[in-house]
Amino acid sequence: MNKLRVLVIDDEPGMRMGVERTLNGETLNFWGTDTLQVLVESAGTGSEGVDKVINGKPDILFLDYKLPDMNGIEIIERLGERANDLIIIMITAYASIEVAIEATRKGAYDFLPKPFTPNELRAVTRKAAERILLARKNAQLAQEKKQVRFEFIRVLGHELKAPLGAVEGYLDLMKAKTLGDNLDSYMQFIERSSIRLQQMRKLIVDLLDMTRLESGKKSRNLVPIDLRKAAESAIELATPAANSRNISISLEAPATLNLMADTGEIDMMLNNLISNAVKYNRDDGKVMVRLVHTADKITIQVADTGIGMSAEEQQKLFKEFSRIKNARTANILGSGLGLSILKRLAELYEGDISVESEPDKGTTFTLTIPASQLAEATAS
Amino acid sequence: MQQVKTILLVDDDHDFRLQQKVMLEAHSYKVIEAENAAAAIESISRQTPDLAIVDLMMEEHDTGFTLCHNLKKKLPQMPIIMVTGVATETGLSFNVKTREEHRWIKADALLEKPVRAEQLQQEIKKLLKE
Repeated sequence: MNKLRVLVIDDEPGMRMGVERTLNGETLNFWGTDTLQVLVESAGTGSEGVDKVINGKPDILFLDYKLPDMNGIEIIERLGERANDLIIIMITAYASIEVAIEATRKGAYDFLPKPFTPNELRAVTRKAAERILLARKNAQLAQEKKQVRFEFIRVLGHELKAPLGAVEGYLDLMKAKTLGDNLDSYMQFIERSSIRLQQMRKLIVDLLDMTRLESGKKSRNLVPIDLRKAAESAIELATPAANSRNISISLEAPATLNLMADTGEIDMMLNNLISNAVKYNRDDGKVMVRLVHTADKITIQVADTGIGMSAEEQQKLFKEFSRIKNARTANILGSGLGLSILKRLAELYEGDISVESEPDKGTTFTLTIPASQLAEATAS
Repeated sequence: MQQVKTILLVDDDHDFRLQQKVMLEAHSYKVIEAENAAAAIESISRQTPDLAIVDLMMEEHDTGFTLCHNLKKKLPQMPIIMVTGVATETGLSFNVKTREEHRWIKADALLEKPVRAEQLQQEIKKLLKE
């Protein structure tokens, strides 16, 4: 169990014993999730108290104002920096407003006038403990956030280094003329290098998209847009890649479908979904884009007749950099960020994205957005 | 005339495999490729290689370790070179120079990625006693 260390500095033995008897060993519960066990130590003089603060690790300091060797304010001054990371509660029988103001200015958090009842002592302790607990939680959260960021950067570094390594490898082989003087012998190396470089470019573009989403709503520009038109231009964009492999793309949608959205974000959604459906398709395959508007939601559905995924592969799908690597995906360009971008986009619109897939049959991605987003558009 | 030596090349990186294969073939080795541990194990049941080059990180971060163990169980005499980019990525460093390290890493040599061609040649020659 987590500890809450309390130090009481008071020259009256009765007062020190009283605090110990009331608080030592007490268990404090917070929000039904956290508990702290109180441990009390005490000191009878100012200098003994200062030693115990500096050498021990108290979280809360109950400090008598009048001590034989120095007063409470002097003690706070002696503690210097250390006074900042503990909660100081002044206890005194001579509580005057001047003393209170001065002590608070020097860093005291609360006041407990003598005489006090055990319940008053408990209440003051609880209030201070809650503050300490919140501060600890904040620090922990910041640490975890830093960890996630660090992990992201580590994997990103690896993902950027891998294509560089591959291209360097091919260049070295060419420099050494490993396959002789005829340039034609090196075509495969050149093609692979250019695939890896395109992949790197895609990763950087996706990364910039993701950063834009992360930077949040400040840069969002919500305007009424027609989802059908947006889908048509996304299809147009994917058509050259689809044509080169004889893949057809169809659209099934109402004549117009208005909603309030950021144009860039909607384009990102549709482009990601449709280009995936082309990329992971088989030659001569089909991509079916459906936009459905019902009373409570808008559905964007993109189905393909491609290579599909196993249930196990589907589970990893929306995680950053979890690109599925197998023989069938070896020549398909992807950054591993496209689907995490889609998931974030869906969240921005309070929507949801789901996947259904069967190996060698195809995959269907379904993105739903609550109709409340649409209502805004018709209202404006 | 000397018989052509066969090398089993296990790596999930398509480009790394292609590059190593070209280099090894340029030095007159025959190369069998495997893109994962299962394919590697399957291939040795059909043909016994003279040496194996195994990547550490494939499906899992330590696939190479397990694969080395399994290869050595089936072919104790076959030397294994493990290649890894692990040290530069994780800061984790290990070696196979001491007896202690050999107890848990069943590889005969360890090379850091990017692997230099001459260095790999040297290790292969040493292990095949050419």
